[in-house]
Amino acid sequence: LAPAAGLAPAAARRLATNSHDHFNIHRDTTDNNRDVPFDFTEANYERVAEILARYPSNYKQSAVIPLLDLAQQQNDGYLTLNAMNKVADILEMANIRVYEVATFYTMFNRSKMGKYHLMVCGTTPCMIRGAPGIYQALCDHLGLGGYGETTKDGMFTLSEMECMGSCVNAPMIAVADYTEGAEGYTYNYYEDLTTQDVIQLVERLRKGEKPAKIGSQHRDKCEPAGVVVGDKWVAMEGTETLQGPPPGPYCRDLAAVKKAREEAAAKKAAEGAK
Amino acid sequence: RERERERERGGGGERERVMLGRMFTMGNVLRGTRAYSTGRSYGNLQDKDRIFTNLYGEQDYGIKGAMKRGDWHRTKDILSLGRDAIINEVKKSGLRGRGGAGFPSGLKWSFMPKQSDGRPHFLVINADEGEPGTCKDREIMRHDPHKLIEGCLIAGFAMGAHTTYIYIRGEFGLEADRLEEAIAEARKEGFLGPNACGSGFAHEVYVHRGAGAYICGEETALIESLEGNTGKPRLKPPFPANVGLYGCPTTVTNVETVAVAPTIMRRGGDWFASFGREKNSGTKLFCISGHVNKPCTVEEEMSIPLKELLERHCGGVRGGWDNLLGVIPGGSSVPVLPKDICDTVLMDFDDLVSHKSGLGTAGVIVMDKSTDIIAAISRLSLFYKHESCGQCTPCREGCPWLSSVMDRFVAGNATVDEIDMLQEITTQIEGHSICALGDAAAWPVQGLIRHFRPEIEQRIAQYHSAGANSIGAR
Repeated sequence: LAPAAGLAPAAARRLATNSHDHFNIHRDTTDNNRDVPFDFTEANYERVAEILARYPSNYKQSAVIPLLDLAQQQNDGYLTLNAMNKVADILEMANIRVYEVATFYTMFNRSKMGKYHLMVCGTTPCMIRGAPGIYQALCDHLGLGGYGETTKDGMFTLSEMECMGSCVNAPMIAVADYTEGAEGYTYNYYEDLTTQDVIQLVERLRKGEKPAKIGSQHRDKCEPAGVVVGDKWVAMEGTETLQGPPPGPYCRDLAAVKKAREEAAAKKAAEGAK
Repeated sequence: RERERERERGGGGERERVMLGRMFTMGNVLRGTRAYSTGRSYGNLQDKDRIFTNLYGEQDYGIKGAMKRGDWHRTKDILSLGRDAIINEVKKSGLRGRGGAGFPSGLKWSFMPKQSDGRPHFLVINADEGEPGTCKDREIMRHDPHKLIEGCLIAGFAMGAHTTYIYIRGEFGLEADRLEEAIAEARKEGFLGPNACGSGFAHEVYVHRGAGAYICGEETALIESLEGNTGKPRLKPPFPANVGLYGCPTTVTNVETVAVAPTIMRRGGDWFASFGREKNSGTKLFCISGHVNKPCTVEEEMSIPLKELLERHCGGVRGGWDNLLGVIPGGSSVPVLPKDICDTVLMDFDDLVSHKSGLGTAGVIVMDKSTDIIAAISRLSLFYKHESCGQCTPCREGCPWLSSVMDRFVAGNATVDEIDMLQEITTQIEGHSICALGDAAAWPVQGLIRHFRPEIEQRIAQYHSAGANSIGAR
């Protein structure tokens, strides 16, 4: 059965929660149908127990997002039908409640993913700082027609994400690494990118290497140090703030504060009695 | 001016109240005095007055580094002042919520029941930083997590809450790991646990990761998401302080609001209130992104003039101040301001409201003259369409309409009277939804029409003069 039968993939994707899923309904494929089993590994069951311990025992349903995330990490980056059903079993929830959650949140993938999930932030602060250029460079380099596609060798899936909370370090991408199951799972931001940076990053991943630097590729964190402009990092000196070692512990005289409050309360009580 | 706004929106007093209750403090509307009329200027915060001394992660973020910088110092003595003393100090400091709404924090924390009726109280920290333009909470969580953890203990104690959940957005993997590390360190030292800091008060903090939904930054949607449902907001009343997480009294606060609480207790509410104008006190983390020469996050005094903020800390606008087109001062949910207002506006809650914008989260998005402002706002409309949870008809239907009409405006494929039609649609979404995402989707478009109408009309004229004239074609 073809995914979203009757609709071209691009059109089907416009109706889904994120840029790479097809539709919010489940469509059987050979890898993802009622007969393809899923269970957590032993090591992951320990994680399940640790997660469940955070919530009141009569509100196990709270663990649905962390458990679905764990299932996705274990399962090459996507949730099969039985992965969702297994989570429903563990949490004693109706299956439909888990499906609701899995189709609502954008980080849950329900179609097969590449080994690395490249997510470009496309919202306005990144858009005005070069995100379309990053998108175009990735499409051209990987031979993809647009967001939502996976490369033919199954290495990379390209998606667009809404604001990733890294606006001063724009433009940026996030990379989810599904090559080593839950134990080796990483989800890292790579920020302050030029098109050369992002292509180099992708090539290192293709060779099975980890990227050289997580976070900003050209400055330390979010300090004022420059910006990517015209597809180049342009440094600008001068951080004015937080110069020198930070001051040490300080606390005002709390005993005096307490005394003042007690005196004020006593005074009020005395006036009230009058 | 209130009546004018009412008429503009064509609504009755009810909507006004809902609107005000959502964004601004009751009664704290519009008129603010100019800073210079009080003879005092704002800005140029000194390092000794900065709260987040490890903002750029140059020092050790672990517990040893944190304690050297003053975290966890005399926490037991702070707790021994009692719940009322802590809430009074926060009220005295004038701290207003740093998550976007700017509701007075002392007042909000005092809504929690003084006596538990048997239900446990919960403190929930909103670390779902999803507002475009905002990236301040991640700096607190990855570089100064102990400020947040200590704040959870102090705020939780003030509310009688023995449990804190930190709801962090799923994309912040590193930040969540740092928080877990910090919590483990604090537990090991006995700062958290059955006898937190030796005060006799039990307090536990748990991290809960989300999975990519901007709407879960709304407090009731966050609670729904924490409970394991889809993140669809609840109607208020009942307010979370009465019925919140698991039906128990809950307060949902932003990371920055709680993280400054220990410093307020240690240095005094008066000290915090000495910064910024009246009713807009304290220091704030500003995130300046877009077309400046040094985009950055910086801690500055409230009421700092926008121009000074950009020129002192960000190397100025790209191409000089006169190259500025507009600024979105508080994250994408507030209306854009054109350059002539940016020349003199102060960055605080009241002054920005008086110019029909808002401080929000202080995520400053700067756009210079090279920006296609219609495309920028249209991308925000697409953002809200994507992030709408779908519960309320005005938002679920209205946001895609806004997005598709804005798309046509980008091309110019429209008629001039459709600008007024779009304005009318925004007023039909605003105030008619369960949560403020509908309002947040409406405001950027209203700001665009209010200040950049000539651009839209020009684009339309260009499109039609170029020959293509079918409304159906895109």
